Amino acid sequence: MFDASAASLRKLGAWTIDTLWKLGFASRFLLSIVMQSGHLLLRPQLVIREIFFAGVLSLIIIIVSGMFVGMVLGLQGYNTLVRFGSADALGTLVALSLLRELGPVLAALLFASRSGSAMTAEIGLMKATEQLDAMAVMAVNPVARVIAPRFWAGVLSLPVLTMLFNVMGIIGGYYVGVVLIGLDEGSYWAQMQNAVDFHDDVMNGLIKSVFFGIAVTLIAVFEGFDAEATAAGVSSATTRTVVTSALVILAMDFVLTAFMF
Amino acid sequence: MTDQPFVDIRNVAFSYGERPILKNINLSIPKGKLVAIMGGSGCGKTTLLRLLSGQYHPQQGDVIVGGQHVNRMTSKELFRFRRGMGMLFQFGALFTDLSVFDNVAFPLRENTDLPESVIRDLVMMKLSAVGLRGTQDMKTAELSGGMARRIALARAIALDPALMLYDEPFTGLDPISLGVIAHLIKKLNDALGTTAIMVTHDVNHSLQLADFVYFMAGGEIIASGTPQEVLKSEDPWVAQFVNGAADGPVQFAFPATTSVAADFGMEIARV
Repeated sequence: MFDASAASLRKLGAWTIDTLWKLGFASRFLLSIVMQSGHLLLRPQLVIREIFFAGVLSLIIIIVSGMFVGMVLGLQGYNTLVRFGSADALGTLVALSLLRELGPVLAALLFASRSGSAMTAEIGLMKATEQLDAMAVMAVNPVARVIAPRFWAGVLSLPVLTMLFNVMGIIGGYYVGVVLIGLDEGSYWAQMQNAVDFHDDVMNGLIKSVFFGIAVTLIAVFEGFDAEATAAGVSSATTRTVVTSALVILAMDFVLTAFMF
Repeated sequence: MTDQPFVDIRNVAFSYGERPILKNINLSIPKGKLVAIMGGSGCGKTTLLRLLSGQYHPQQGDVIVGGQHVNRMTSKELFRFRRGMGMLFQFGALFTDLSVFDNVAFPLRENTDLPESVIRDLVMMKLSAVGLRGTQDMKTAELSGGMARRIALARAIALDPALMLYDEPFTGLDPISLGVIAHLIKKLNDALGTTAIMVTHDVNHSLQLADFVYFMAGGEIIASGTPQEVLKSEDPWVAQFVNGAADGPVQFAFPATTSVAADFGMEIARV
């Protein structure tokens, strides 16, 4: 009994130390990325190339998901609002739900699954095949050349993808509410225009997506860089990226919402 | 070797955590010589190369290259030092997202301000030197193992390094590719006057190419000499390694702590 408790305590201690060490390493890693980013101002093509892979190639999943989320919101929102005779407020419900919460959170979750995992796998494989070592031996800092462009590409891409997700969601809600159900088009847009505040709703949602972009991309590049240089190591790093990102996004969303609204 | 050393490793010790890898290593290599470091798997050969390139820092001793203490360099000094160094990795380590041309051009673009036209000429010269002119537009996935190794060699010599490090350059190659790579290493060493260190298992090619050979075992240098001296050596370890004999001071079998009978369930295991 005593042995079992001691073993559990030891495990907890080891986990705590490991987690703290990793947090410290990740913080130093973020600092190192920022310090090694100066050259990107002179070579923006490195970031643009990564924006293509992280952002442009995520467009399909963001557009389709945004559209369907908006359509579901339209259906569910209408079913609820109609009971209270407020079906005209559907535009407000769709827009506020998307701009404040669903847009930033779902876009970040999709981004972590599609681009975050790809970044981790790519960097992890570069490590496993000694490409990062080769770069360092060629007097090229891998953090400056490989990590920093991907980090900034992620940070810049996610807010834009979030805006696109929101727009597609509002169009999806419009399609269900106005085109399929037959609500008044003018009410849909006018109610939305009256209820949505640019600063409180649109900007706060965008600020959230900037925080999510930093968190998700940092987790992705860090897990890739820290991956064990084996096939199993890269695989588990990729899984960690998706799981950790999802948990961090949701926890961060709660904290940001508490401060913002 | 009595000439003024270009590479000088003095009393170097290195360990991964509690596990010692290198113990009191001393070796010196004169400028322009090609030296082979041989030894069994896990004896610390690759670690020694990583100490020379500044990827690892020794816990004890000094690594001196061209009069500079590699282990005392700041990060900035280390990157400057590495511009004069090339390394051929065991499996090439080509950048898989770049074409052959861009791989060879990579160190030139990153470390020089040369115009693109000059970079193009230099890349074509390096590709010609390794016999792969015409492959510049190929993707790395289209290359065979031997071709990838030669492209990696072209990339490693792109900046005409003063020091070349070869990490197991012959591993996994067919006899023809192996012969071509061995010939290229010797030819490039002679043409560029580079000091080269080659870590390898391949006894035959190493003894043909190298000016001097060091043998490592258990993290220590246990023998050294010219290829002629090595071939005549009566040192039991060197003789076993050179002749590839199963019997000798190096045990082939892992020292298991249980008996064969216990492993097959014929008696209770003794630990």
